[in-house]
Amino acid sequence: MKHTLVIAAVVLLAWLGPEEKRISIYSNAANYSLPVLARNGQEYVGLLEVLEPLGSVTAKAEGAKWKLRYNKIQSEFTAGRKRVRIAGHDFELAANFVEENGRGLVSLASLSTLLPQFLGGPVTFHENSRRLFVGNVAVHFTAQIKGTPAALVMEFSSPVNPSIATEPGKLKMVFSHEPLVPPGAQSLTFNSSAIPSLRYDENNGAAELTVSGTVLLFAKFGNDGRTITITAAPAPQVATQTQPVIPPSVPARVPPPVENVLAPRRYFAVIDASHGGSERGAALTDQQAEKDVTLSLARRLRQELENRGLPALLVRDGDTTISLDQRASMANAAHAAIYICLHATSEGNGVRIYTALMPGVADAHGPFLTWETAQAPFRATSQSAAAGITTALERTQVPVRNLIAPLRPLTNLIAPAVGIELAPPAGDVAELSSPTYQQAICSSLAAGLASMRDKLEAGR
Amino acid sequence: MIPRNLMITVAVMAAVTIGMGLYLVHMRHRAAQVETGAASARPVTPPVSGPTEQVTLWVADDSSGMLRAQSAKLRLSSGRQERAQDLLRALIGIYLDKDSPHRLAAGSDVRDVFLVDPGLAVVDLNAAFADGHRSGVLVEELTIASLIQTLSANLPGITQVKILVDGKSRDTLAGHADISQVYQLADAQQMLAALQGR
Repeated sequence: MKHTLVIAAVVLLAWLGPEEKRISIYSNAANYSLPVLARNGQEYVGLLEVLEPLGSVTAKAEGAKWKLRYNKIQSEFTAGRKRVRIAGHDFELAANFVEENGRGLVSLASLSTLLPQFLGGPVTFHENSRRLFVGNVAVHFTAQIKGTPAALVMEFSSPVNPSIATEPGKLKMVFSHEPLVPPGAQSLTFNSSAIPSLRYDENNGAAELTVSGTVLLFAKFGNDGRTITITAAPAPQVATQTQPVIPPSVPARVPPPVENVLAPRRYFAVIDASHGGSERGAALTDQQAEKDVTLSLARRLRQELENRGLPALLVRDGDTTISLDQRASMANAAHAAIYICLHATSEGNGVRIYTALMPGVADAHGPFLTWETAQAPFRATSQSAAAGITTALERTQVPVRNLIAPLRPLTNLIAPAVGIELAPPAGDVAELSSPTYQQAICSSLAAGLASMRDKLEAGR
Repeated sequence: MIPRNLMITVAVMAAVTIGMGLYLVHMRHRAAQVETGAASARPVTPPVSGPTEQVTLWVADDSSGMLRAQSAKLRLSSGRQERAQDLLRALIGIYLDKDSPHRLAAGSDVRDVFLVDPGLAVVDLNAAFADGHRSGVLVEELTIASLIQTLSANLPGITQVKILVDGKSRDTLAGHADISQVYQLADAQQMLAALQGR
């Protein structure tokens, strides 16, 4: 019996696996998270991936040398060495630089001194929790007890969208994408028997707020995600063990209070950065591949949507090869309100919004949808969404076209689906990777999608 | 002492062997010249014989991102399939011109067009066409729309178009536009209407 328990515990631990270590980076351009790699007994991260959402960056390996250009700053790293040359000046890393298959890795311990050399401004790195703040981007909050019965009202300086989990005596909010900082003290106490305290922690690239309660607690969002109100659950609901009430738009993982099983997160949008891995897409310039621009755009769009309280899932959040069928399967499994695939081109200018050109009508297969024409029932909503996005983008003064294209995997989606192709604003290809241009487009896109939120969510 | 007749036989055989070797080298050189000539040719000119006909080519224009109808007088073959091929070659000829409004890679060509009843045109492009095509959603879509519209505008009865590359089906033309499907003319008209802003 004892052996059985030990084996079961080992199997369970193996199944759960260690949590992937991540670093979160917060900046005015984008908030994003990257995987942390263990090398030489230290924690490392890809330098190109760190800088890529912040500006125009290219890198190439030449033997043991690894050359990186960020905006107009040239730098040269050497595999196995600490000394690097940035903008003509020597600089010492905290640990040896690592080059792997053309990818340059720097230790996390180097970031707080290395990044200012490129960014020209201060960065703050919370090394224990792996949270890096570029410039003044913090989200602050206040918390106080109000009303009768007591409610804990938390006001945030920017919209937030945490994951929420409850268990008897606790409500935990995890802020993965927000640069949340503590309110002065790690722990706040309140003069309330129902909600006596609030604790702030940071862990693995995220900030956590844990509200203690003597009763089951509810979280309620307001003021476009800037306010979260925690209240005690009414007694009858506790007795029947019903699920806590959370607005349907909130991506909260709210388990039943007793079993503490996390429900799957519900996404408003699936964002697909086209191409990736061995599939580079168009060569926008000698140095720049379409796959890199689409990933940068996808991350920005996710952030813009989440800033508006619209949770978004990226099909890929790294340089990975994914087939069109896999992309469609992942998106369909997420049951999101809308699917957006992103492309970039050096041809022409402005933005093109595409809906699917459906292949000829296929025979019905009983209750099943045909893979090639799965989009057919959603085509009208897709076209309506494309029109809404077009209207929003027209406000940016960038030329916008609304087109129909034979573009997979749009045809295989069982949700409203649009493709977006970003061309330079006025024929200058370099502008494609400009954070300002990308941010303006993604902000308008997110605003357009947010304005159609009710309509899109009604369809799923 | 070697008999005289044996020496003569060996000499003749050696001469024949050398002669055959030289002939082989000559033939290989000739074959290589023929292949090089075939590869470098630009088979985009319609046949010189036959009556001249007025046709409409739907030419993609990158600057406007639209197609424009362009009238042309071509000498077309008498067979329906050959006419389809002549039309597409004339269209590709425009794209290969140095002042092309929608440039294609050098060596781009249509290998064959098969007309299959009822109304299906199978267009077989060569590898240079697809492999050298610029990559992008709109730029690929313009090419496809231009091929389909040129065929359907000049050859009544075509209701479907399938595009092959080197005799094989492909997923995309150059990474974006789907060519694994058979294009229904009615659906392609919607694509065209959107391109033309109608």
